[in-house]
Amino acid sequence: MDKMPKWADVVLIPLISLILAALLSALVILGIGEDPIAAVKLMVSGALGSTYGWGYTLYYATNFLFTGLAVSVAFHARLFNIGGEGQAMLGGLGVALVCLYIPWPHWSLALIFASLGAALFGAAWAAIPAYLQAKRGSHIVITTIMFNFIAAAVLNYVLVNLLRPVGSMDPATARFPEAVHLPSLHELLAPLGIAFSKSAPANVSFVLAIVACFAVWLLIWRTKLGYEIRAYGNSEPGALYAGISPVKITMIAMLISGGLAGMMATNNVMGEAERLVLNSTEGAGFIGIAVALMGRSHPFGVFLAAILFGFLYQGGAELALWTSIPRELIVVIQALVILFTGALDNMVRVPLEKAFLALRREKA
Amino acid sequence: MTLMKSLMSAAAAVALSAGAALAEPALIFDLGGKFDKSFNEAAFTGAQRWAEETGESFREIELQSEAQREQALRRFAEAGANPIVMAGFAFADALGQVAGDYPDTKFVIIDMVVDAPNVRSVVFNEHEGSYLVGMLAAKASKSGTVGFIGGMDIPLIRKFACGYAEGVKAVNPDATVIANMTGTTPAAWNDPVKGSELTKAQISQGADVVYAAAGGTGVGVLQTAADEGILSIGVDSNQNHLHPGKVLTSMMKRVDNAVFQAFSDGPDLQTGFSVMGLSNGGVGFAVDENNASLITDEMQAAADDAAAKIATGEISVHDYMSDDSCPALSF
Repeated sequence: MDKMPKWADVVLIPLISLILAALLSALVILGIGEDPIAAVKLMVSGALGSTYGWGYTLYYATNFLFTGLAVSVAFHARLFNIGGEGQAMLGGLGVALVCLYIPWPHWSLALIFASLGAALFGAAWAAIPAYLQAKRGSHIVITTIMFNFIAAAVLNYVLVNLLRPVGSMDPATARFPEAVHLPSLHELLAPLGIAFSKSAPANVSFVLAIVACFAVWLLIWRTKLGYEIRAYGNSEPGALYAGISPVKITMIAMLISGGLAGMMATNNVMGEAERLVLNSTEGAGFIGIAVALMGRSHPFGVFLAAILFGFLYQGGAELALWTSIPRELIVVIQALVILFTGALDNMVRVPLEKAFLALRREKA
Repeated sequence: MTLMKSLMSAAAAVALSAGAALAEPALIFDLGGKFDKSFNEAAFTGAQRWAEETGESFREIELQSEAQREQALRRFAEAGANPIVMAGFAFADALGQVAGDYPDTKFVIIDMVVDAPNVRSVVFNEHEGSYLVGMLAAKASKSGTVGFIGGMDIPLIRKFACGYAEGVKAVNPDATVIANMTGTTPAAWNDPVKGSELTKAQISQGADVVYAAAGGTGVGVLQTAADEGILSIGVDSNQNHLHPGKVLTSMMKRVDNAVFQAFSDGPDLQTGFSVMGLSNGGVGFAVDENNASLITDEMQAAADDAAAKIATGEISVHDYMSDDSCPALSF
């Protein structure tokens, strides 16, 4: 029997955690002599009060959706993929190569192949740690995090020495040709008569991310492979007994995970920057871990958590623009949310479970 | 619903009043952050000096992500900030996109050239300043081996290293220059521990003067050099005071002057290409009471002589970024 109803697990616990994080953040803002209520208002209006705000919120959310899904898929096989950052970096390289060196007639075709390129590069970057885990037992946490650094070094070498246009100082590729420009939400919604902010970077890859959400749900809960992944994650001896190969599941789960992380590049590299810059991922790979934890590794939960983090990023940017709250503090607020929803989960869960048990006993 | 509505409108009012400040200049710092004791801080110092002298205020933002570059530019331009100064070459692409949309706003970009009618591009001849401190390093060195510690491995920092190496070789053709970069990610701008380790490694290879062109990482380089009893050279701001008597000199890159100038010129500033070199006080080396005992008259005279010759074109210092190669140093 479950200790508490499902709605409490999915809705109540994250909500209480969020409120706790918000209260602490308010204290921090008070501590530096700013008005927390005004700050919250500014965050809400800046991130959700206009299509401009939504455009940025959804742009960030798209990044976190891909990396959050990547961590979730691996997590169902009890593999902790901390390498989303490096896989997304390499995904960016895949996108850049596809966009720069193949003359595309139309963006839709380019998007399909750019996603494939991104997924391929991301998966390839996850393949080595996966192989080491499956065959050699090298812990995936250690190897994936090490591969983040190798990815940064590889990207640096490629950008500085190979892809940088002559005479340019920025370690970045040339701009992608006009033909591979992805339509922004402004361009997508204009024919429907919806006026969406022109300057916001949210683009068609948000749709791709939602498709990916649905695909991951299908994979994990509606296919044989998904069942095997979950079975392996719940009990390795059990899965072995059922004839599931640990090597195969480890490899496949990590390849899918790496591919999803790599596909983030369709948003930030192809959709927003339209060129590959050195730090294009900006920690989205790590935020993906928090998003997956908060979303309980379920695609819909990941979706909600990604929107929340998109809100925090865009709201934080507005705070930085119009108040004197330093950006370090904005990171503190974001960190508090991660701390409460991820690491301190049990702090809320255990008392809540007790409360529900007590309630049930009274009824019985 | 009504509560929600009033909440929303109140929030909108806050946002509007926040955005309505007019004709203030704005300064955008790069990802390294405002207080890096180096490049961004120099920009901040210039803005601060302007604010103190005129009694006016300015807007500022420290960026957190790449996507915010364009966002900050647009938001400041829409709020009426003029001129908008951005510290760092990485803004070039975003500015190229944005400048045309706000023809009445003047933009100033430091360390990069953006060709648009309402943009002033300020570039520094860092290789010339580095050449001079390279000469001083070679003259101060007893071992004939000097070090260079760069921040992130990008062409701009190689430009510093190359000018430095040429200066060293001009004084002592047999000198050895050891060059190391701190890292390959932007984190390399702010990693004093790694800077300290690299300094120790260079000391063990015989270096007795190290030049740090590494933003916040340089703090660790200067500290370790002082602890280990060798000389160091600071960068961007005058860092001689950090360890009096232990810092040989600082290669001054007057970003503060560039920002101050832009703010003083106001909305009517002259756009176009602006080179800050030895001839107009854009770069140079710092001599003050903290390092007066380290710089002999002979060293000072030699460096001044070279500075004059560079200004007239008699000595030409190789610019790494002109052809991505360096005759005096291999990376």
